[in-house]
Amino acid sequence: MRLIMQNIDRDGSGTVTLFPEEPEDMWHAYNLIRPADLLRASALRRVTTESSTGSTASHRVHTTLLIRVTGIDFDSHAGQLHVSGRIAEENKYVKIGQYHTLDLELQRNFTLEKAEGWDSVALDVVRDACDPAKRAEVGAVVMQEGLANICLITEHQTILRQRVEMTIPRKREGKASDHDKGLARFFQTVLDTMLRNIDLTNPKPILLASPGFTASAFQKFTLETASLANNKTLLQNRDNFIIVHSSSGHLHSLNEVLKSPEVLSRLKNTKYARETGLMDEFFTLLRKDEGRAWYGPNEVTKAVEKGAVGRGGGVLLISNKLFRSQEIGERRRWVGVVDRVKEEGGEVRVLSSEHESGRRLEGLGGVAAILTFPLEGLDEGEEGEEE
Amino acid sequence: MSRHRVVRNLDLDEELDAYDGDEYYEEDSGVSMGDGEQMREGLYKVKEVIGGDIPGVTDRAIEEALWRYYYDIEKSVRYLLSTFAPAMVHRQNSHVGADHHATKPKPKPKQKKTVEESRASDVGRASKKINALPSPPFSVSCSAFSASDFFQDSPWLNIPLHRRGEIVIESLYPRGGLMGGSSSSTGAPTSSIGSGKMSKLAALAAARKKQNEKTAGGTESVGRPQSSSVNLLSKLGQKSKGMFEAEAHPEQQTQVGNDRTNRAFDARKHIAKRRGILELKGPEPEPQPEVTALKAPVKAKDMRPEDMQAKPSSFAITMLGGILDGRTQQKGSMIDDTFKLPYVTEGFTNFNAFKGPSPDDIVTSAQKRSGKGAKGTKSGSKQGAEGKAAKQLETTISNLSVGDSPLRVKPKNLDVMGEYARANTKNAANFVVIGHVDAGKSTLMGRLLYDLKVVDERTIEKFRKEAGKIGKSSFALAWVLDQTSEERNRGVTIDVAINKFETEKTRFTILDAPGHRDFIPNMIAGASQADFAVLVIDASTGSFESGFQARGQTKEHALLVRSMGVQRIVIAVNKLDTADWSHERFLEIKQQTLAFLTTAGFRSENLSFTPCSGLTGDNVVRKAGDGLMPWYNGPTLIEQLENSEPIRRAVEKPLRMTVNDIFKGGAQNPLSVSGRIDSGSFQVGDSVVVMPSVEKAIIRGIEVDQEPSDWAVAGQNVVLHLSEIDPIHLKTGDVLCSSISPIKNIVSFTAKVLAFDHITPMHVDVHRGRLHVPGRITSLIAVLDKGNGSIIKKKPRLVPPGSLARVKIEVENAVPLEAPTRVILRASGETVAAGLLE
Repeated sequence: MRLIMQNIDRDGSGTVTLFPEEPEDMWHAYNLIRPADLLRASALRRVTTESSTGSTASHRVHTTLLIRVTGIDFDSHAGQLHVSGRIAEENKYVKIGQYHTLDLELQRNFTLEKAEGWDSVALDVVRDACDPAKRAEVGAVVMQEGLANICLITEHQTILRQRVEMTIPRKREGKASDHDKGLARFFQTVLDTMLRNIDLTNPKPILLASPGFTASAFQKFTLETASLANNKTLLQNRDNFIIVHSSSGHLHSLNEVLKSPEVLSRLKNTKYARETGLMDEFFTLLRKDEGRAWYGPNEVTKAVEKGAVGRGGGVLLISNKLFRSQEIGERRRWVGVVDRVKEEGGEVRVLSSEHESGRRLEGLGGVAAILTFPLEGLDEGEEGEEE
Repeated sequence: MSRHRVVRNLDLDEELDAYDGDEYYEEDSGVSMGDGEQMREGLYKVKEVIGGDIPGVTDRAIEEALWRYYYDIEKSVRYLLSTFAPAMVHRQNSHVGADHHATKPKPKPKQKKTVEESRASDVGRASKKINALPSPPFSVSCSAFSASDFFQDSPWLNIPLHRRGEIVIESLYPRGGLMGGSSSSTGAPTSSIGSGKMSKLAALAAARKKQNEKTAGGTESVGRPQSSSVNLLSKLGQKSKGMFEAEAHPEQQTQVGNDRTNRAFDARKHIAKRRGILELKGPEPEPQPEVTALKAPVKAKDMRPEDMQAKPSSFAITMLGGILDGRTQQKGSMIDDTFKLPYVTEGFTNFNAFKGPSPDDIVTSAQKRSGKGAKGTKSGSKQGAEGKAAKQLETTISNLSVGDSPLRVKPKNLDVMGEYARANTKNAANFVVIGHVDAGKSTLMGRLLYDLKVVDERTIEKFRKEAGKIGKSSFALAWVLDQTSEERNRGVTIDVAINKFETEKTRFTILDAPGHRDFIPNMIAGASQADFAVLVIDASTGSFESGFQARGQTKEHALLVRSMGVQRIVIAVNKLDTADWSHERFLEIKQQTLAFLTTAGFRSENLSFTPCSGLTGDNVVRKAGDGLMPWYNGPTLIEQLENSEPIRRAVEKPLRMTVNDIFKGGAQNPLSVSGRIDSGSFQVGDSVVVMPSVEKAIIRGIEVDQEPSDWAVAGQNVVLHLSEIDPIHLKTGDVLCSSISPIKNIVSFTAKVLAFDHITPMHVDVHRGRLHVPGRITSLIAVLDKGNGSIIKKKPRLVPPGSLARVKIEVENAVPLEAPTRVILRASGETVAAGLLE
């Protein structure tokens, strides 16, 4: 994403014009655009004209529309964002109040004006989105015998491209070859699917994760197949395959994968590797020292109010899902919490809900905090309310 | 080649020519072609037999009769005669009888005789005719017509012959059809009352058959081998279907064989017929060279009028059973031309059809004998045999119909509970072998199987050699169970190996679980099939300790089997030879293990410790060598295993079976699944529902302990051959259940779990036997008191290890689970909790 123009006043009002370049930018746009915002973007609209005689003719016109957003729909797999709303500015084709759904397009500017004004979180998203640093993209195949999840890990998203599920005959007395045959067939399917779904022309690391020996057997199979078929792109990526241990082939095992030393040494500086590390730290603290790690909206809010998430190790982990809340008050509340932590000198991590670490956080209510000093009984008030 | 193809390949024109060349009648549009022809043919023949001289017999009456008797001319004739002119019968019979002695018969009587002969040759042509001709819907009402005076006073029946119009009757009933048309699929006469539409071809075949039968009587006494292929053919026919007849009606062999002969040689039948008639007049019938163990046909000169009476058709036998028997036996006594209704006069007990083996048995035994087809299943070899026959002689297809078993499996409607109670099987026990990686589980089991002679010396020698090649000679015994190349190369068990052995008391199933922590899902699957567990502990220095530390599998496995409901553990302290059979070491291990297991919830009386060495074989099956263990005089490992108590199975509950493996069970069984029946029972032919795909499947076959069985009950490890389901709907971990009370697919559930680790809301893998799905603990509902289950704390933030909690779990996709199922929750390769679904 490129920032084309920024026109923000001191009070937060104003517009930002952005130029999305790649599918992931749609994810950022999804995190920026809220209901009631004003969005100006180019659109394709079918216009019906009625002639004096009463006959109608309709044609499609390219025009630029300004809409007040009522709903947002994001398709993470296709990387498409559909923003629906009512037209807020009349032009020769449309009248105010008509409905239109804008499909944001790559390589076309859009201009956004926040109804609530530009808050710190929104500005952070813009900054993040426009970070020109080279984007790390990693392919990963999390597998076990009979199951493989082929996914693409980008800076902000984990996109499950394809899931391969096959039944492999298990070993039976005297029928061991059935299993070997089934396994070879499975590997072939996974390899074909992987080549279809992960673009290997730009070399990138491919994580092969599995319990036991499945991943290494798959790597062996891949390289053998590649040299047999003389598949140059595969052979170029020979050194990019990283074999990692995971406890199962299910997608949530990516957590283990991303924190494994093999991966960390290569991807140390990626956002998700850091997020995964922080989540682990949180869980370790939760186990060890109950008072220093808290999760859940009410508990964290209380802890922040008490100034416990501050300088010297205080970390607020928050899922960006909370900022996408349809309720305006909800977002405002969490923006307040974030600002408070920043004031106190604590660290704020906005975790992508499209990443495995973000999903883990969502299980904890979307927000968690590592406190600088232990606090007890943060959950008691809540319990009292219920009883 | 399928039957349909065979039929299709028949040269229709040729068939028609062969038929039409003999007798030609005009087409009638009223009925189907085949029917019309049959009807006209029958009409003609009947007329010939009874002549125009019996008053009251109209064409219509004849057709009625033919229709009733399904073109069985003889019966029709008899019926008509008995109805209209009882007196005529005697005249006719004596007339025919006289024919036998005449050197040059007049054309008309000759014809008559031929018909009669063919009827005579037809005597009790047991199942075959039924095969060839589906029986008409023979109802009791026919007896009303056999009341001889029913039409007596009807004046319209006296219309002169020349003024009678020909009336053709439309089909009243659907013809025997899909069950096999001209070649009914069912062997037994009784089972061929199938209805359905008869195809033209089938009708044609039937008509042709009629024709052939007409000549059968002649050729029967010709008895000359017509050609070697005919011999072959008739033998083939006898092989594939003659068994039953041979046993039940030996005297029919001749007819069966000859009949086929005739059919095979349509072109020659007229010559044969005439020759047969001529030769029949000879003083003595000739022997039957091509068929052995035959009864010579009734000598012509001995023939009495009642001999000329055809023996009843198979259908008649079925319907009239004992009456006919009686009739044929009391030859010469009294001729009763009317048939009594069987159900009125006597019980329906004399049932020839069930004297012999069932049609399926016939097919099976026939296939066994016919070498080539023996390896196939019913349908497979049936088709093979047919295809061969069709190549030789297309026209013989109808002969091979006995082998035509239905493709669909017929439920046998067994009383499985009763069978189970009656079976009085040996005590059966499944045990899972658990323990830390490299504790020697597979080797110990290999030793057990080797010493019990389940595995022979040569195999072990072969393994020794091969294992020695890759420098793992000590793994030779483990290779008995570790069969995949990967397992052998790495020297690690990866998946559960299932093996069986029997002692005098009990039939055991070994489930050799992998010890490596990465393969715990497989171990869970194995343990879920077990009744008790054998915990193998490595006694060598350091190994016991490493297996017993926090992340060692000795502990984890023991906890897992406990949480899956296993109560009893046989502990084998293995590799004691490396510890010099030290008593101290044994006691140390015993003490520590006992302490741990009792805290894990095992009762000490359910735990037994046995010192042994899998590699040397001491104290496994045989007692330890002299002087090795003077301090031990307890039972050997095998004796310990035999102490297992029989386990009560949930046989009465609705069927549940978790699919453990899906594979191709062979050419005939493209889709087979294996697993252990958790509860309930089933039998061959049952339909089951596969969850979570909610697809139905039919059980084609069941194998219990590698032996085919008709039924299976809870607790057995079975292989099921399924049909009518696409393999895509089956995954390992699916549940087969009865369609009456299917298991429900659920996405979220609450469970009471015992935490082994800290539980927070988090991602977990949910295991239940082979089922292994990703899920999430969404909320911690309460921490419970371990003693009485009362709530200690609501909505805890964290559940510490060792405490009991109620949690809510969501899984990604709906899975078949129901209370009270034991589930195991694992995260990051460790078991975090195990519990019971609520």
